[in-house]
Order: sequence, then structure tokens, then C-alpha cells
Amino acid sequence: MERRNASRRGRSNSENFMDYSLLFIVLFLLAFGLLMVYSTSSYDANLDVGDSAYYLKKQIFATIVGLVAMIFVANIPYHFWERFAVIGYLVSVVLILLIIPFGHEANGAKRWLYIGPISLQPAEVAKLCMILFLSSMICTMGKQIRYRKGFWMVILVPMPIALMIWKITQNMSSAIIVVGIAVLMLFVACPDYKRFILLGLATAAGAALIVFVIVQMGASQTDSLDFRGARILAWLDPEAYANGKGFQTIQALYAIGSGGVMGKGLGASMQKLGFLPEAQNDMIFSIICEELGLFGGYAVMIMFILLIWRFMVIANNAPDLFGALLVVGVMGHIAIQVILNIAVVTNTIPNTGISLPFISYGGSSVMFLLIEIGLVLSVARGIRLKDL
Amino acid sequence: MKEEIPYQHKTYHRSKTVTALFLCLIAFAGLMGRLAYLMIFQSEYYTMKAKELHERERSIKAARGRIIDANGKILADNKTVCTISVIHNQITDQEEVIAMLCKELGLSEDYVRKRVEKYSSIEKIKSNVDKSIGDAIRAYDLAGVKVDEDYKRYYPYDSLASKVLGFTGGDNQGIIGLEVIYEEYLQGEAGTILTVTDAKGVEVAEAGEERVEPIDGQDLYISLDMNIQSYATQLALQTMETKEAKSVSILVMNPQNGEILAMANVPEFNLNDPYALPETVDADTISEEEKQNLLNGIWRNGCINDTYEPGSTFKIITAAAGLESGEVKTTDTFNCPGYIMVEDRKIRCHKVGGHGAEDFVQGTMNSCNPVFITVGMRIGVERYYNYFKQFGLLDRTGIDLPGEAGTIMHNVENIGPVELATISFGQSFQITPIQLAVTASSIINGGRRVTPHFAVKAADSDGSRDYTFTYPVRENVVSAETSETMRYILEQVVAEGSGRNGAVEGYRVGGKTATSQTLPRGSGKYIASFLGFAPADAPQVLAVAIINDPQGTYYGGQIAAPVVRQLFENILPYLEKMDYNKT
Repeated sequence: MERRNASRRGRSNSENFMDYSLLFIVLFLLAFGLLMVYSTSSYDANLDVGDSAYYLKKQIFATIVGLVAMIFVANIPYHFWERFAVIGYLVSVVLILLIIPFGHEANGAKRWLYIGPISLQPAEVAKLCMILFLSSMICTMGKQIRYRKGFWMVILVPMPIALMIWKITQNMSSAIIVVGIAVLMLFVACPDYKRFILLGLATAAGAALIVFVIVQMGASQTDSLDFRGARILAWLDPEAYANGKGFQTIQALYAIGSGGVMGKGLGASMQKLGFLPEAQNDMIFSIICEELGLFGGYAVMIMFILLIWRFMVIANNAPDLFGALLVVGVMGHIAIQVILNIAVVTNTIPNTGISLPFISYGGSSVMFLLIEIGLVLSVARGIRLKDL
Repeated sequence: MKEEIPYQHKTYHRSKTVTALFLCLIAFAGLMGRLAYLMIFQSEYYTMKAKELHERERSIKAARGRIIDANGKILADNKTVCTISVIHNQITDQEEVIAMLCKELGLSEDYVRKRVEKYSSIEKIKSNVDKSIGDAIRAYDLAGVKVDEDYKRYYPYDSLASKVLGFTGGDNQGIIGLEVIYEEYLQGEAGTILTVTDAKGVEVAEAGEERVEPIDGQDLYISLDMNIQSYATQLALQTMETKEAKSVSILVMNPQNGEILAMANVPEFNLNDPYALPETVDADTISEEEKQNLLNGIWRNGCINDTYEPGSTFKIITAAAGLESGEVKTTDTFNCPGYIMVEDRKIRCHKVGGHGAEDFVQGTMNSCNPVFITVGMRIGVERYYNYFKQFGLLDRTGIDLPGEAGTIMHNVENIGPVELATISFGQSFQITPIQLAVTASSIINGGRRVTPHFAVKAADSDGSRDYTFTYPVRENVVSAETSETMRYILEQVVAEGSGRNGAVEGYRVGGKTATSQTLPRGSGKYIASFLGFAPADAPQVLAVAIINDPQGTYYGGQIAAPVVRQLFENILPYLEKMDYNKT
């Protein structure tokens, strides 16, 4: 495939690689996302603002801006960005701090900054900047990464950002993603396995302990449980909390379950008619399942698997470690987000607000994702065909 | 290092990236499994739950069964009425809708505007709208205006047999009368319309609707004859007016099978407006409870809900008991000095000078109290009480109307000679008029205690289901012989005795008069009554007329007997014709 792509590339850059498969997958996901955003939001949009394409138009605008940014980034050699690694880290911190005085609240959480007509989630900026910063840092560290000090540095450096995202923007899921990206990049950069297995086991044990404690508390005193504690109880028995924390989950499960194998047909979702609030956002996958069935859901998941596979191919053929780590970071970002989103929607893990990359409604999310894709394409272009 | 990745590094980076991909694949595989579980194995459960959430159930009322008289005349029917509502979200031209509704429904603009502008899933504007108006509104075909058809109970003859038929409430359920007793036959089964709605309750048009058709109620065929009922009601009204009576009841039944042909209790009330208070009452000044008591009084069926002291008509029972026990024969002679001593009490006969020497038949014709006291004494307390019981007087008749009152009677151990004497001529205890009619029926029909009733059968209007009601009959309440003797004696009462005014030329009529003073004694209030039946030798019809608190003449023989006579004069030829037609 690569060979054919390469031959299409033409004369000027014939020995370099352009990953059309990746581009196609991304464009497919974007187009499918727009279709589903329209399908899920048109009913509500028509009732609320009188324009059924209201959300679609905003999303198309963000997508176009994102695609332009992607083409721009893809055509700049990726090493250009290395010099901005530290600045990017600091910009993330500043933007998150700006939330405190200037943050814009929506859906009960203060997460957005408004710059003119553009709304921006500092958390999205921070994810991108973290990938860049860690790639640069790991390359600079060289062999130190193999030792305990280097290992812990890579773990600890993203922590301030993650904590700020969690505490200031009250966005635990983005914080988890930032940490997840860091851990994945570290995993690839570091030859060791043992530490990661231990880390994985410790995380699993910690999570199990938290769940156990909350369940015990929940059994004795439900009132004193905070927001997240209640979410965990609602996760274990969503129908018991159907009017509270379990509401969204239950509605998503109704949507998924009622879709069946073949689905109700595109546009035929019932749950999007106000039953599942803001179906175009984090829970969009449940409407995909309702309308397009198990096959539709699997098709979307397979597209994401192909996307991640392309990232792996590009990372493993990247001309240098910096490029490889950039791609691994993007791969971690998208993989973690997709897996967590589908896990939340299917009530496999407790409910936390994570959007489905390229498909969920959300301007800043899609723009920054496309910039990341631009980075990956830029790395891909650095691959010389003879290295493949 | 930046420029060239050492080979060794690249190897483990590659394998680690591949490992990362595999970890992702494992996670994806797990989620795919979870998704398959939800969408294949749990699909049925969630589909059911989602359907429950999306569907709105609207019930379709079943048409209530009609009530049809002996001649096929419809006494209780259904009228199609419309409920007009608006759905705010679906309205396109608000002003046009408001103007149209004001015009067609005659409502004020303020009232309509408030409802049309209200943001709710569905807002009712007016219910019980005539079908013609509903059709007119539908013809406008304005978006957001809904016309739902519904049934309303309708009584074509307004007040006719109001206390028998009863009426229905807001949910078309029976409130009193036959409407409540035969509820399960009449009501039918409501159907449902399942419509799919969004979370705000707005119907999703594309989804269509599922209908479960209602099952209409069964028609109730009753023995009541509209013609006899109308005539009885007229007579009762006329009597009430001329005698300035408080109320008049006329009960006509077939003594052979217990079918009730007419039951008029005037004043009746309008079944199509059962909550109307008398004009003399100011509805605003009385409490809700007083209002309800007043209405309960208006709806009360005197023939079955109220008891009274039957007085001399009860001598039929004493006579039957005497004959049955063998303590008296028609030829037995008595002497009435105008009073009789019971223990130390002197009980007067209504004829101050006394009836002198008389046999038992003459004693009955004269309605002579000493004769019946003597007979009662001969029977004795124990046996008299047993006859009272055997005749069924202690039980309710089992008529198919709600709220039948029980007999108010002494306990047997409290009955002394004085009580026995008063019971013998129908005082000191109370029974309902229907009880008297049924007991008299069993005495003159050969000893069969029938169950008085209206309902004959319940059937679907298309005849698919058909249920004929059966009622218990108790045989041998009195012997055939006693029954025959009683018919003879009672015929004599009308032919030549105190019931003379009940005689109808060309017909053999039997009967007995009564004049009872209401409690408390000395109030000057009387109940005049007459029980008559015809033909006397083979009774086909039995009628009781009860005039409550007449002014002026209050003797049953003088004011109640003529009522039954007039009734018989009209209905006996009619019933003969009916019988002729039937055979």
C-alpha cells in the first residue's frame, strides 16, 4: 500500500512517505462524526434554537479550521516544534490558571476560555503540549530514562498539569488522559517491563480499594458521599440511581440495548429525542449503536483500531526517537480517549466526561486532534521509503 | 541521538509500541465483548425498558352498555361528545387558533389565550362538547388543535325511573341504581392508544400508533316497561299534587316471577343533570356536606331504601300465617266491640262503634283490628315470629338495586302480647315497600317467594355475548291452599270491603288498604297505601301505591286505592295486549 501511495506522491518528494491510509481514516471519522452530530443534535437544536443544523454548522466550522491547521502542521518538519516544548508546558499552565478568573461555565463545569468567537478548552491544549514536552524531554534525557530517576521524572513532570486540570477545571478525565499519555510514552521509551507491570497492578489495586471504600461508605451513609463517590455507586447499580447520577448511564444503556444487532436505522434513534441529554456530546457512541446497531458500533471501533495501527506503523518507522514519541503520544491520547469513552458509554467504568475523538460534538477537541494528526503526518513524511 | 536512533533503541521502541497496540487491542476486544453482551443478550430487556419510556398510553373509553326496557326502548344511551385540546408546540398560527376556539366554543378570549399560550405537552380547552361542534372544529384543520371523541351517558327520558336507572360519574362509572349494580356488564373494557413521544411528551408522528380496541359494554335488558313506568309516574305526580303529599311511590311487579314493571318514586330527578339542587336551595350558602346530604335525599329510592310501618296491608301476612297454622278458618266468627283488651291495654279498632259479629273474611274486608289481634294471639309469639321469618320478612328481598334497607323488627324475646297484637295489624315494626310487595306476591302466587328484579339479560349490541340472569325462587312459603284462600279473601276486600275503591270494572282485582300513622304518634302524619293485584284468581300484576304525608283525607282506601284502580284500568288492558302479542 505504501508503495502505491508513494508512487502517487509524484516526483518532487518521491522518496518520502505520505500516509494516505491514516488521512483517509481520519477524514472518514470526521465525516461520520458530522453525520452523527447532525443526527443526534438536530431534534434538540430545532426545538431550542429553531435551526436543526445549529450544532452541525458549528462543528463543520471547527472541522474546517482544524483541517487547515492539520495541513499547515503536516507541512512543517516536526523538529520545528521541539523548541516550543518548554514554552508549551508553561502556556498550558497559564491557560489553565486563566480559567480561574476568565473561565466560562457550561453544563455545570468551568472549563472553557473564550477568545473572541472561539471557545477553547485549556485541557486540550495541555494534552498536545504534554506530548510535545515529554517527547522533547525523553530525547534530551537519553539513557537516563533507564534509571529510576529518569523514570520518575517522566511520571512526575506531567503531574502538576494533571492536578491543575483535575482541580481547576474539574475535569478528571482529561487529567487521567494526560497521565495516561505520559505513562504510554514512558512505556515505549523505557526498555523495562517490570516497573510498568507493578505500576499497572498498583493502579488496579488502588482503583479497587477506592471502589471498595466507597461501596462500604455508601452502604452506611449515602448523604456524605461526594459527587464522584455517588458516580461509583451509580456505576455499580445504575438503575438504583436512575434519577440521579445513573440517569445518563441508564439512558445510554437504553439506547445501546435497544439498537440490537442491526440498529434502528440512521436517524431513527428515539433516545436522542431529549431522553439522553446532549446526545451529541460524550454519549454519541450510544446513539451510533442505537441507530446503526452492533455492526455500526463495531465498524467505528474497527476504524479506531486501524487508526491506532497506523500510528504504530508510523511510530515504528519514524526517522528518530522524537518523531516516534510524538506519534506514540498522539496514539496514547486517541487510544485512551476512545477506550475510556466506549467504556463509559457501555457502563464498563464509572461515568466521567470523555468525548469520542473526531465524532463527538466539540470544537476545540476536534481542532486540537487534527493538529495532532498534522504532527503525525509530518513525522510520516519524514520516513524515507527505503527505510520501510 | 536526535538525528539517528541507535539500532538497539529502535528495536525495543518498536516492540514496546507493538505491545502498546496489543494492549489497546485487548481493551477494544473487551469493549466489543461488552457491547455484544449489551446489544445481543441484554437487547430485549433494554428495548422493553426504552419502549416503556418512549410510549405514552392514552386510553380509549369503551362505549357503556345501554339500558333497554321490556319493549326495546332505550332508557340509557351514549352520546358522542368531544374534548378539545391544544398542543402548544404544534400550533403554527396561534391567533387563528385562538379566534377559532373563541368563536366555536363561545369562550372568552382571555380563557382561551391563556391555555393556547401555555407551554405544556397538551392542554385541555373544553370537554363534553357536542359532536357537531367538534366536527366543525376538526373541519378547520388547524395544526395543534386536537379533537378527541368520547362517550357521555345520556338518558333520553330525563327523569323517567331516575331512582331505578341511576346515573354515571365523570369516568362513566355507575353512581347509583342499576348503573352501579350492573357496572361490570355495562362498563366494557377500555382500549389504549400507544403513541411514541419524545422526552417532552410531544408525539413523534413518524412512529405511528398502536391501538388496542376497546370492548364496548353489554346492553342491559330490563323488565321495566317504559309505558307503565310513564303512566305510574304521571299518576304518582298527580296524586302528590292533589293530595299535597310529600312523596308518592308506585311499584308494579309481576308476582309470578318477580320482574318489576314500574317503580316510580316522585319527586324524581333529572338523570341528565343529577347534581342540580332544588331551586329553593341556594347552593352557595350550604356546605359541601349539606349539599351531599341533600343530593342523597333527592336520589333516594323510597321503595327500597326507606322502611315504614306497613299498617293494614300487613294483615295479609297475619291472615296467611293464621290460615297456614290452622288457627283460623274463613268461617270462624269474631265479635268486634270497637276495641280489644290485650293484657291491661285496650287496643281500639279504627271503627269506633265496632264491627259487631263477623266471620274472618268479613273481618279482613273490614280490616278489623280485633280480628287480627285475636288471630295473632292464637298463633302465639313463637310461631308468629317463625312465620315472619319463613315468609322472608327478616331477610332482604335481594332486589338488584343498591342500598336495600333491612326490616326493623323486635327481637323474638322482646315480643310480649301487646307487641304481638300490634305486629298482627302491621305496626311497631318497619319494612320496605318492596318487602311488602314481594311477601304479598309469595302469598298470592301459590307460595313461591320470588326475587324482585329488573335485569333480564345482558347482551352485546351485535348479539355475540348473551347472558340471561336467573334469580332464586323459594318454594312452599305458604301452601297452595292458603294461597288460594288468600286470593279469595283479598278479592272480597276489593269487591265489597274496604278496598272497594280499587275495583276495576271487568277485572277481578284483589287487594288490601292501609293507613298507617308515622312516628312519632300524634304528629298527624299518615302514610296511605294500597296493595292490589289482578287478576285475583291468577295474579299477573301486583301494584303498591304509597302516599307519604297526604293533606286532608289520609285513608288508604280512599286515596291510595283509587290510584291503583286508575293504574290497573290503564295497564290491565295493555298487559293483556302484550301477552296476546307475545304468544
